[in-house]
Amino acid sequence: MEARMSLDVARIKADFPILRRQVRDGRLVYLDSANTSQKPQAVIDAMAHYYENSNANVHRGTYLIAEEATAGLEGARAKVARFIGAASEREVIFTKNATEALNLVVKAWGRSHLKAGDPVVITELEHHANIVPWHQLVEEIGIELRWIPVGPDGHLDLTDLDRLLDGARVLSFAAMSNVLGTILPIDRLVAAARAVGAIAIIDASQYVPHVATDVQAWGADFVAFTGHKMCGPTGIGVLWGTEAILDDTPPFLTGGEMILNVTKEGFTVNELPWKFEAGTPPIAEAVGLGAAVDYLESVGMESIREHEVTLTGYALRTLTERLGDRLTIHGPAEPAERGGVLSFVVDDIHPHDLTQVFDQYGVCVRAGHHCAKPLMRSMGLGATARASLYLYNDEADVDALAAALESAADFFAF
Amino acid sequence: MPGLEDLYREIILDHYRNPRNRGELESPPAHRSEGFNPLCGDEIVVYLAADGTTIDDIRIAGQGCSISQSSASMMSAAVKGKTVAEARDLVKAFKAMMSIHEHELDGEDGAPEPAADTPELKLGDLEALRGVVKFPVRIKCATLSWNTLANVLNEIESASSRPQ
Ligand SMILES: Cc1ncc(COP(=O)(O)O)c(C=O)c1O
Repeated sequence: MEARMSLDVARIKADFPILRRQVRDGRLVYLDSANTSQKPQAVIDAMAHYYENSNANVHRGTYLIAEEATAGLEGARAKVARFIGAASEREVIFTKNATEALNLVVKAWGRSHLKAGDPVVITELEHHANIVPWHQLVEEIGIELRWIPVGPDGHLDLTDLDRLLDGARVLSFAAMSNVLGTILPIDRLVAAARAVGAIAIIDASQYVPHVATDVQAWGADFVAFTGHKMCGPTGIGVLWGTEAILDDTPPFLTGGEMILNVTKEGFTVNELPWKFEAGTPPIAEAVGLGAAVDYLESVGMESIREHEVTLTGYALRTLTERLGDRLTIHGPAEPAERGGVLSFVVDDIHPHDLTQVFDQYGVCVRAGHHCAKPLMRSMGLGATARASLYLYNDEADVDALAAALESAADFFAF
Repeated sequence: MPGLEDLYREIILDHYRNPRNRGELESPPAHRSEGFNPLCGDEIVVYLAADGTTIDDIRIAGQGCSISQSSASMMSAAVKGKTVAEARDLVKAFKAMMSIHEHELDGEDGAPEPAADTPELKLGDLEALRGVVKFPVRIKCATLSWNTLANVLNEIESASSRPQ
């Protein structure tokens, strides 16, 4: 007998006040955590406690509550650093979200290190946040953007990897697809980048919330993720970078906080990580993110991943059994190779119509292109419906989705 | 579907299942314009053949949800054979029904007047789309083809005002 630590989802659900909400005469069935996650009471309380007791600006007050605020911000940084296996807190930069973190890399490091014709390699399954900033460098500098294709199984097609990486300066990729759930071969990609002397950038927005992360083991140069998808508040994201590369990167936004000295002639930048944190930082949000990290650790990232693999398997089976040939679920078929992100289409029914019907059942699912239009185009799709699972979802949530799907499929049948 | 009867009226579903004027026209000579809904990825292409000021033929291509597709289908049926000016009035009337008034779109401020400048037109089947107003996110779906049509009409007018 294995002693499996399975999650007590009923208890976890009770930690999330919004999941007690009734909508349209039924319970809220929240299946859109790849979009944003819900927040546990502990996070909400930590932020309220901060505002009620310690609100002050950081790094400059000489009074008690200012010290508390600074300790709150820096304490959160320490928690995040430990959570992702950073070598030190100096490597953890707070941003507004993952989008800003990636823009920081592209615009501060990219602009100062890349020149016309330099190849930058990304994949077809990237979120627009890891595409559009590079498009800007194509326009501004004339870098060459290359794409690793995605195969019909939802995995990268690495056949031409060597040719694509030939001469590359950068390889930037998502750790987990926000559309297909695919977990990318992170170690292989980082090693391939290293082999040609390219830097490796990982967009871990969909990974860090769901799978235990060790950035040093990955060995990349930069890793970006966002607080609101990991039970934390909106308004805060993280850029991790090695000290070496952060030291070699000029500041991005500039102004207060990020300087050591300013004269009429110029300025001296602050030390890491503050060099990259211009202006008053998101203090309450950092406190909330720290509480989210505590919460996720108290549940255990291994248990969360195990729960999601099991539930993803249940969802793949249940939906396929109940909808049969009418349903197509995109992405890897094997739960161990993917996260709990299920993109699907039913017959010819447009995803917008599906999710409109779901809403009648209180089932929250996203429809659209999920900010990954190049991927959708390469799969020949305009849009999908996307249900995404997290630690607070259970089989009853999947069953509610299946029932809503059947009802929508019947309604639009023709 | 309880709660959705105002949105999914039978006539809307009919146009969705049997779209009128679906296809393409050779362009040129036909005018062509593309519209995108960045929210959900819907894309629509309107082809319009106009001899002088009359809309001789119209075709709709692209893909989208039942609301955007049926709205496009009804629109194509409504403007075929009409003059460009009449089609413009229909665009205005339809958008007014969707609670969008042109002066708001133009960014002029001031209280929204009660459709004083909106022509009283018989919208016919299009009236079925009135229920969309209750579902704000879907208004963009319903108006996508109309905005695209408006672009084509602009193109026709600027082409005809250009000296040959
Ligand atoms: C893979 C991926 N990258 C980046 C982002 C952007 O996150 P944010 O909107 O918080 O910046 C998202 C979220 O939608 C995502 O899924």
